[in-house]
Amino acid sequence: MIQARLIHILVSRFRKWMAVWAIGSVVFLLATCDTATETGGTTAGLPDVVDYNFHIRPILSDKCFACHGPDNNTREAGLRLDTKEGAYQALSENPGMYAIVPGKPEESAVYHRLVTDDETYRMPPVSSNLTLTDREINLITRWIEQGAEYKPHWAFTPPVKAEVPQDDGNGWARNEIDRFVLQRMKSEGLKPNPVAEKHHLLRRVSLDITGLPPSPAQIERFLADDSPEAYEKMVDELLASDAYGERMALHWLDVARYADSYGYQDDDIRTQWPWRDWVIHAFNENMPYDRFITWQLAGDLLPDASKEQILATAFNRNHKITEEGGVIDEEYRVAYTIDKTNTYSKGILGITMECAQCHDHKYDPFSQKNYYSLFAFFNNTLENGLEGLVNSGPSKTPRLTITQDDLNGILNFINKWDDQEQVSVSVMGERDEVRPTFLLDRGVYDAPKERVFPGTPESVLDFDSTRYAPNRLGLAQWTFSKDNPLTARVFVNQLWALFFGNGLVSTIADFGNQGTLPTHPELLDWMAVDFQENGWDIKRLVKQFVMSATYRQSSQITDQHRKRDPDNRYYARAARIRLPAEMIRDQVLASSGLLNRTIGGPSIKPYQPDGIWEITSPGRGALAHYVQDHGDALYRRGIYVFFKVTLPPPSMLIFDSSNRDMCEVTRQRTNTPLQALVMLNDPTVLEGARVFAGELLAEQADASPDTWIQTAFKRILCRDATEGELEVLQQYYEEEQQRFRQDSGEADKFLQVGEAPLREDIPAVEYAALMAVIHAIYNLEEATTRV
Amino acid sequence: MEKKNVPSMEKEILNAKLFQNRRQFLSSLSIGIGSAALGSLLMPGLFSGGKSGQDALAKAIPHFAPKAKRVIYLFQSGGVSQLESFDYKPKLREMLGQDLPESVRGGQRLTGMTSGQASFPLVGSYFDFAQYGESRAWVSSLFPHTAKIVDDLCIVKSMHTDAINHDPAITFFQTGAQQGNRPSMGAWLSYGLGSENENLPAFCVLISKGKGDNQGIYSKLWTNGFLDSVHQGVQFMGGPNPVLYLNNPEGTDKVSRRNLLDKLGKLNAMQFEVFGDAEITAKVQQYEMAYRMQTSVPEVTDVSKEPDHIVKMYGSECLVPGTYAANCLLARKLSESGVRFVQLYHQGWDQHGGLPGMMALQAKDVDQASAALVTDLKQRGLLDETLVIWGGEFGRTNYCQGHLEFNNYGRDHHPRSFSIWMAGGGVKPGLVYGETDEFGYNIVKDPVHVHDFHATVLHLLGLDHERLTYQHLGRRYRLTDVAGNVVKSIIA
Repeated sequence: MIQARLIHILVSRFRKWMAVWAIGSVVFLLATCDTATETGGTTAGLPDVVDYNFHIRPILSDKCFACHGPDNNTREAGLRLDTKEGAYQALSENPGMYAIVPGKPEESAVYHRLVTDDETYRMPPVSSNLTLTDREINLITRWIEQGAEYKPHWAFTPPVKAEVPQDDGNGWARNEIDRFVLQRMKSEGLKPNPVAEKHHLLRRVSLDITGLPPSPAQIERFLADDSPEAYEKMVDELLASDAYGERMALHWLDVARYADSYGYQDDDIRTQWPWRDWVIHAFNENMPYDRFITWQLAGDLLPDASKEQILATAFNRNHKITEEGGVIDEEYRVAYTIDKTNTYSKGILGITMECAQCHDHKYDPFSQKNYYSLFAFFNNTLENGLEGLVNSGPSKTPRLTITQDDLNGILNFINKWDDQEQVSVSVMGERDEVRPTFLLDRGVYDAPKERVFPGTPESVLDFDSTRYAPNRLGLAQWTFSKDNPLTARVFVNQLWALFFGNGLVSTIADFGNQGTLPTHPELLDWMAVDFQENGWDIKRLVKQFVMSATYRQSSQITDQHRKRDPDNRYYARAARIRLPAEMIRDQVLASSGLLNRTIGGPSIKPYQPDGIWEITSPGRGALAHYVQDHGDALYRRGIYVFFKVTLPPPSMLIFDSSNRDMCEVTRQRTNTPLQALVMLNDPTVLEGARVFAGELLAEQADASPDTWIQTAFKRILCRDATEGELEVLQQYYEEEQQRFRQDSGEADKFLQVGEAPLREDIPAVEYAALMAVIHAIYNLEEATTRV
Repeated sequence: MEKKNVPSMEKEILNAKLFQNRRQFLSSLSIGIGSAALGSLLMPGLFSGGKSGQDALAKAIPHFAPKAKRVIYLFQSGGVSQLESFDYKPKLREMLGQDLPESVRGGQRLTGMTSGQASFPLVGSYFDFAQYGESRAWVSSLFPHTAKIVDDLCIVKSMHTDAINHDPAITFFQTGAQQGNRPSMGAWLSYGLGSENENLPAFCVLISKGKGDNQGIYSKLWTNGFLDSVHQGVQFMGGPNPVLYLNNPEGTDKVSRRNLLDKLGKLNAMQFEVFGDAEITAKVQQYEMAYRMQTSVPEVTDVSKEPDHIVKMYGSECLVPGTYAANCLLARKLSESGVRFVQLYHQGWDQHGGLPGMMALQAKDVDQASAALVTDLKQRGLLDETLVIWGGEFGRTNYCQGHLEFNNYGRDHHPRSFSIWMAGGGVKPGLVYGETDEFGYNIVKDPVHVHDFHATVLHLLGLDHERLTYQHLGRRYRLTDVAGNVVKSIIA
């Protein structure tokens, strides 16, 4: 009864949506409800109404499309199952038979091919190593019974703003996000966690928005402010801080595969960092997403392009560039164009276009011709494949030269540098005469086939050449067309994952047929449309996220969660997220007081284990030897750590940073022993503990060890240690103190880490013991986790 | 952010057993359970996640009885000349200075280094060849130690590759794709088979430099790619800090470190009480593993207890950390301790000019220790279960690059044919496989492509290269991409 009523409500609520996928989601709910109630029989657990998008396409795509899908060249028996025309027509090998006869499984060859015991007849063939489960076969059978209705892929249909579900009257929901989330949560039999403790919430929102823990002043102020506006005021303050731009840039640098070296073989230095400074600036200025991307794709093609707009196009020159002798220029020029095409497709459109580089896509409706049509937009630049060998300079043609005058004017957001008159950046520039583009057979640079012209996959959205110029600017306009089904959804989903731990579409880089379906389709679409309607305003979107009740929940995991939603797909709790590599570093530097808050400028080289550049380098170029920086430069944020592509900073890589080799839209979050070794033994962490201890002992000379420990604990974790925790840490302090007292030489040695000056005015034994305790706090699971 | 799913059954194991009685659980997973040991502890599924239902793990692994358990890959970076090592072509000496017939070259691709040359004068090996062992395999005078063990080797003279420049060619050999970001061989094996030793990484990397022109090595060669980062190769360094961040800081010792870990364990347990997140338990586990590595790694890297006859066999350089000889000895020790894949890189085989002089130095660097490694493993009864591979990313041209004298010449890159050798681990000993034409340019019999090589190596380890897959961005990826055939004829 209740179930039927719920469905009734849902159906009436989303009537506008039915065309594409409201039915799917309703049925989806039904399916999960049914699983619990039905028992026995071969159709147990099957939904009453089988939906193509939700139930069938994932099976067909994964198990059948490789041979019976969009790829013309590898299609077997002339049969395609990805379109209804293909599936309903007479079989070319057996014209009396049909793959699928709607309503009649017994007359459908697909059915017989699935259920037979004859291995030579059964599909998929043994050689594919693929099999269908009984449930999958039953789903397909029922779908055929019900008419085998095909529907367009959800992500290639423009989002429509669904009606926001009614508030349930319990006062939990704070904004639209919550009403969508709550509805789904309830249908899964879950209820929201209580709101997080204030101190947890403060640390969470500060790390999420700025990548830094809150300052002692912020902690004090926020915990003391009981007014209803306290949280929003804090959110606004964080969004207005410069650190916000750095935090957001971190994500974008992964997408844009930003690095400080060229990437191949000799891997010499390059100076793309002014572009990195621009990204930070753009986020801090809250540049709308459409402008942010348009400048990066086509800033040079804008009328009267400014130096800032041209600088933005360095986005498309961040890929690896070879300086290896003997390579063929054209081969690498093509490789760079491929990289640009793939970065655009993956980072901005969220599709795996790269699969169509050598052949028609196996799963998605992207032909090889589509690929090279998209490639054509990026194929008309002035760059070379091989411009020079190692030591030929830190930028390549076309380049933008930035002068001191620019720094005082239009490019004043770039951090000035000391040792050079000017700095140059590799940027984009268009040839006057169009370079013809050809489909490349198997993706090989010197195997041109038919000529193609700039265009986009029609399955996503046709490129209307009457509206758009056939160049990168036209592509940018197409990207932000109101009818583009992907751009807004993909970016909203990327940011959602940063704040909620996982994407609504968990395959963040793949919105195609093989991607996962969104857990909250209506929410994703509502946010995507809302984002567009409000001028692609990124800060507004972030604020929507963090103001939601969904975001503010506790991250406590209950038995109920474990049983019903172990992966937190329904957001009945906040996610506990292992911090990204850079934030782990930043937190140590910030809490210890070492952090140098300079923004931008050339990347810096902090402590790094000896010899790792030297053993891998051919010995040529500016980066053959690692020359560590000294002084203040050692204490800059992680985003400024020098990134050499062939040997990235090891402590970052160990904590799952992108290797910046190619576009990445998401990072892994693993848990390994090498991470433990970094936290235990990296001089950066130890030095932070030492400096922190010195400051505390100097500030609070007369206080007790309890007070020191509590202060440190609070500055790092934003909360008071519990009695039990304090007891353990006190005991550790006393044991370490005793150890150092017995052999004060050990204390001196322990304190010798790092280049920050040692305080001479503090007794070594207390100094070292407190350092050990702070070092222990940095090593807590909670310290490297956003709770 | 792909928060990795922890399959619910494994999660239950975690909750039920691990947290309450971690050590007991660990000790029940002792050495030898293969994928259930470190494999499961570190692999997708238990701690760090991994997509549940990934095909390779769902299916029983290994796919069939393995012949080899471990691999040591002695990668000769830069491109060893097959014509001065194993592919004997007397005709080239006879035709010194004559142009390579166009019919032989057949319009094949050349690198930018020689494509502009007016002529392609042939040049034969400056070094003499002789036949050795019962197999009567030809070996040049540059490799006297290797010559003595030819009856243990399977020499493949018909390797070929798709790439002609160093970076893409090495990347192709290591990852099955020319562009970066795919998992390397060692990562695939770590993923598929796990480690046999819970105190050491499954995939270790050792690097040395040659006397010649070094071409550089890149961390993408030992990357986990899209696999879980626990499968990333762990670089071992020569000297006092063999694994990055391994050593305790000054002013601490083993006892104080143990105390710290116990305190962290207690504090993390309190957090687990509050939050109930299995990641907290997993973190404790990883700290314990790190602690054990601090003992096991120095033990395994300490060569001071190696007896004189072993030092003599590898050559005295094996006591100098960071040399190729030292790395060979270390590779034996790691492998003996159960490390699944030990990857060595020795740089400096890129002789575009002055080949005879430079290659002699390179060969001297590696010949004795490579042969010693095979002999050492054999004497310990480990060669049968350890696959040793020796070779570079491509071969070198039969014609001269640049200045030509019979005793001073250079050779450009040649992807069309080159030689590698394998030993132990289920390959046929005393076999010479494949043939090139009399110019040493094209393969005339039994070609082995890089994909075939990968398929064969996986096969020897009990893995079907078509079934060892990982789904990423909608596609099932394999080490062998969409190609590769197992070379059955070289399997014992």
